[in-house]
Order: sequence, then C-alpha cells, then structure tokens
Amino acid sequence: MNDLSPQGLPASPGVGMKPQHFAALMQDPGPVAWIEVHAENYMGDGGRPLAQLRALAERFPVSVHGVGLSIGGEGPLDRAHLGRLKALCGWLNPASFSEHLAWSTHDGAYLNDLLPLPYTQATLARVARHIDEVQAVLGRRMLLENPSTYLAYAESTLDEVDFLTELATRTGCGLLLDVNNVHVSAVNQHSDAAAYLDRFPLHLVGEVHLGGHAEDQDDQGARLLIDSHGEQVADPVWALYAQVIARTGPKPTLIEWDNDVPDWPVLAAEAGRAARIMAPVR
Amino acid sequence: MTQTEFAAALLDPQAALPPGLIGPDGLPAQRRFAVYRNTVTASLTRALEAGFPTVRKLVGEAFFGAMAVAFLRAHPPRTPQLARYGADLPEFLASFPPVARLGYLPDVARLDQAMRDSYHAADATALTEAEFQRHVDTDITARRVRLQPALRLIRSGWPLHAIWAANHAGGPTPLPGAEDVVVVRPAFDPVPHKLPQGGGAFLAALLDGRSLGDSLKATPQGFDLTTTLGILIAGRAITGVLE
Repeated sequence: MNDLSPQGLPASPGVGMKPQHFAALMQDPGPVAWIEVHAENYMGDGGRPLAQLRALAERFPVSVHGVGLSIGGEGPLDRAHLGRLKALCGWLNPASFSEHLAWSTHDGAYLNDLLPLPYTQATLARVARHIDEVQAVLGRRMLLENPSTYLAYAESTLDEVDFLTELATRTGCGLLLDVNNVHVSAVNQHSDAAAYLDRFPLHLVGEVHLGGHAEDQDDQGARLLIDSHGEQVADPVWALYAQVIARTGPKPTLIEWDNDVPDWPVLAAEAGRAARIMAPVR
Repeated sequence: MTQTEFAAALLDPQAALPPGLIGPDGLPAQRRFAVYRNTVTASLTRALEAGFPTVRKLVGEAFFGAMAVAFLRAHPPRTPQLARYGADLPEFLASFPPVARLGYLPDVARLDQAMRDSYHAADATALTEAEFQRHVDTDITARRVRLQPALRLIRSGWPLHAIWAANHAGGPTPLPGAEDVVVVRPAFDPVPHKLPQGGGAFLAALLDGRSLGDSLKATPQGFDLTTTLGILIAGRAITGVLE
C-alpha cells in the first residue's frame, strides 16, 4: 500500500481542532505540534471552516480522523461518504487518516455514535474488506482505532487485541491506540488494561489518543465509565500512557476534548503533560 | 443479533434490550445499552440545537429537547455530515401538533437552515460597487447577474426578519406582516436582511436565471430596486454580470 503522505505525524502532542482555538493555534501553539480534525466537519463547500483548515495546514501537519464511515457496518460502505473523504484527503494531503473499529450507520440512517461489534470471524472478514476498500479508494494506509465499549456480545469468539492484530495483518492498516478507550473498556468489561497493552501490537501504532471520561453505574451498581471527551485525561490513563511510551518511545499523541471544550490554556496544559511524559524517552 | 435489531432498539425507548448483549457477568446489559441510546439522542439533539438556534430560543431548551427527540426518532440523519442534519425539520414542525399555534416556526427553521447552509457554502469573489456601476452604465436590463453560492432567499408570510432580529439582535417585538429575507455572506458570517416589498419576487426571478429587466417585471409598482441592490452589493453577493 502506497502511503502518499509527505511525512507522518510528529512524535509530539497534538490537539483536536476546535474553531474557538484557531487564533491560539496560529499565534502561540505552545507544546502542540500538529492538529487533528474530524473529517465530517470539513466536508462543506467553503466558508470559515475550510479557510481555517487551509491556514492551519500551512503551519501544522494534519491528521484527518473520520467519525462517520461505519467501517464495522453490516451493509456496504457509503460510497458517497467515502468519495467525500477522498476529496478531503486529496486537497489536504494529511499526514494521517484514521477511523474507528465501530459501526454508526444502518440502512442509510446515521446514528452518530461509535457502536460496538461482535468479535467473530464473520465480523473480521467484513471489516477487513471495508478497510481494503477504504485504503484502495484513498490510496493510502489508514489507522484503525480501538473502541471504548460498554457491553459485550455473547456471540464474540475473539479477543479484541487479537481481532485488531489480525485486521492489521490482513489489510496492512496501522493502529490508533486510544489509551482512554483501553482504560474505559477494561473497567467496563472487568478486564486488565495493563494486560491488554502488554499484548497490543505497539509496533503498529501510528498515533495515540488521550481523552477524558465520565463515570456512571451499570445494572448491578458496578462502575461504568463513559467515553465522554468532556474533561481532563484521568490519572489512571496517564499512568497507562506512560507505560506505553516507556516501551515505544515518543508517539504522535492527541489530546481529545470534544464536549465542554475548555479555554486554550487548559488544553495546552494537557498537551504539555503528554510532552513531559515523552521527554525522558526522546 | 443483527445491527437491524440494535439500531431499532437505539431509536425506540420502549424496545426491549436486543438479545445477546451482556455485561462482564454474562447478564443482560440494560443500563449499559442505555449509554448508547442516550448518546445517540443527546448527540443528535445537540446537532439540532446547533443548527436551529432561533427555533430553540423561541420554544425554549426543554421543549426543543423533547421536540428534537421526536424528530430524530422519525428522521435520523441520512449522512454523517451533521451540518446538513435537519433539512426535514421545517416540514416536520409544520405538522407537529404541539407547535400548531406557532405558525411561523417552520419558516424560522428554514431561516436557521439557510444561515447554516450559507456558512458552509462555496466561496466566491464579488464585484465591487465600482465594477457593478460600470456595468450599470452600459444598460444591463437585458443581462443576468450571477449571485454568490452562499446567498439564500426565504419567502415568508410571517415577519420573519423581525422574529430573527428580536431573538438575536435585540430587535423589538415583531409586528404582523409578511417579510421576505435574503441571507448574504459578505465574508464568513452570513447576515439576514429584510427585503423591500417585491424583493423576494425579484430575487427569485434572478435566481431562476432571468434577466434584470425580466426580474423587474415580477415586482409591484414602486419596488425599491436601489435598496435591494444595495443589500446585495454590500453583502458581496453579486459575483458577475453575464451576457
């Protein structure tokens, strides 16, 4: 698979682009060395969103992160949407393109959530086919992100790490390791996040995500973590991140904060914390 | 269990938990499934709030939330581009019994939608006033004008611009009357303007590709062409004069 991007993302902190932070990013980005945009927010024909993205792309490497392709969908990929992704990646030539191991569209209805999949051979074959199609249409290698999950499918026969590893083997895609998702899923599934990371194919990781989560309870009163992206990264997630970075060395690391977006200094401080964790292994 | 069952249960609060969805103890995961259900309704409600700020102001946050849930269950998005979500909302509001006495609400939703569409529309270079004036000096009644892709026209039997201004610009309480509104985008921020009497018919004709002279024939006696053209020129909305 040809990777047509001029260079990868820098092994430094990045942030998810929010319009209210545009001026700060252009004037004084502090520790932030690259930005990520949600592809679906930049599929209009013009106006301020595209003007801001063009300006930022002259200054920063850009990661395009799709949230709506529904790679895990039972139906075929939405060709029109894939065409819009191709157009965006065409003019922007981002340093990276990534999507999720999840589904979000069914029978033409877009549900705007990253919904879970049963880990079976049938799912594996279907998702691999969809990744092949995405990489062929975009003409580049993509990264696939591990999900946060709140429940499991009784029919699952494969472990999530094995599932992701096999997908990467079959398709040649890379992986986006969301450490908050690892923590959220481990708490919710009563499994061990450190053991998950021990088995994760870290050499395939092209990008790391860090985000905040909220806390709720399940039917039995057990802790249920919600992947809310609406607060600071939690301490257990920072600890897991430090363990990953100690093994891999510096990685492009995104601070994701999509709801109740804070003022720039708060976000920049989170990026600074990631930079400090990467500094000793640089 | 198929995604058909999962998706149907997401959008129907009365639906039973689809079989085979379990927690770590192997038991059915009702509250766990509810996280997905809540995310779908909450995130789509937020998308509608962002897209229809004037409707939301008029009916209030609580009512808007309830209305949004009724709408999104019947009309989930057909594309992941959420900036396009809600094209069916004006029509939905026109036949939604709880807002039957707010007859103006569908037009307000159309204006919100027009503002949002305009924001994302393609860029275009406008004629300056001097450039336009040079065309005028050569008698342009037989010629057509090209308008910016961000221009939107909403023709309304309600005081639509006054309603917008009362909610966003500290305008006075709207008085009864019909107002056609044009949305223009001088830079990045769309601006709605009330058109003079006949301005809606005139602009509709221009948008239909008719010449300036033919478009004027669609207007009533005493139509204020100067004000209408002034709105378009100041809004940087005239991008060409065509043969």
